Amino acid sequence: MAPAAPKSGDAIFASVDRVNAELFTLTYGAIVRQLLTDLEEVDEVNKQLDQMGYNIGVRLVDEFLAKSNVSRCVDFRETAEVIAKVGFKMFLGVTASVTNWDTEGTTCSLIMEDNPLVDFVELPDTCQGLHYCNILSGVVRGALEMVSMKTEVTWLRDMLKGDDVFELQVKLLKQIPEEYPYKDDE
Amino acid sequence: MQFFGGSEISPSPPAPAASGNNAHMLYIFNRNGVCLLYREWNRPLKTLSSQQDHKLMFGLLFSLKSLTAKMDPTSVEKGNLGVPQLPGQGCSFHSFRTNTYKLSFMETPSGIKIILVTHPRTSDLRDSLKYIYNLYVEYVVKNPLYSPGTPIRYELFNKAVDQYVRGLG
Repeated sequence: MAPAAPKSGDAIFASVDRVNAELFTLTYGAIVRQLLTDLEEVDEVNKQLDQMGYNIGVRLVDEFLAKSNVSRCVDFRETAEVIAKVGFKMFLGVTASVTNWDTEGTTCSLIMEDNPLVDFVELPDTCQGLHYCNILSGVVRGALEMVSMKTEVTWLRDMLKGDDVFELQVKLLKQIPEEYPYKDDE
Repeated sequence: MQFFGGSEISPSPPAPAASGNNAHMLYIFNRNGVCLLYREWNRPLKTLSSQQDHKLMFGLLFSLKSLTAKMDPTSVEKGNLGVPQLPGQGCSFHSFRTNTYKLSFMETPSGIKIILVTHPRTSDLRDSLKYIYNLYVEYVVKNPLYSPGTPIRYELFNKAVDQYVRGLG
């Protein structure tokens, strides 16, 4: 039997290298600020953050798998739990809760009450369309794609826009089976 | 000298003289069948071009995995032979042994396959493969210059792998 997936990321969080939270927050803030200067359009910044997150997620999934000893998840429900409880804890130091499942079990929401990315942040009036944490949705999307789950990740609630929590909706579009990659005549 | 009753089938290669130096080859594949890394320590016989060799190895694992899942007596959902499986579906093997070598295999949910071919008398190597996966994460995935899905060409990673595999009992 494969070892059971860990229920929480506390043990892993304690064992991995960490950086100062303020350094992390301010560095991320500087990146967003620079993107706003370079790209000028808020929509473009959202897109760019998502792409950056995706590129991170594609790599981060291997580190996650190597350190967490998660060998496989039976279904999307378990996957979502593992992301919220183990993944978020391991890389962000916070946990999220999973709610709002639809009846088919393909859409759910990750609720974050605490988000280290937004300490010290206030959105000015000119940036109301900005999804400041859009990098996170990209990370989740990229990481899930590497484990063969095509997803769509959108922000439903944002504390920077006056909501009481962060709500990230994850929608499973399809699971891609592993196929034989070579053609016969090659 | 032993004539009959030995559990090892003859002809079997001589037992390794000293500890270490047990390993023959190491392969790392990604989910698309790209050979990310091939290391060779002791392989006197080569009959194929390296490209064919990698393809054959990948094909062997792919088919064997599909077969082992099909033969699983404990699972209801088996699907049809040759029909692609979703990740998380089906069981898989972790090693097989012939009279001349042992092949240990690990696959991660992200589709990275690590294969180590060693002397047939080597013990369980599952933890060792996991360790190599950790090396891959530290030396390759975390390298910002590495673009995912391309063959690995990093001296530091090669050295770390060599050193670790040489130390295997």
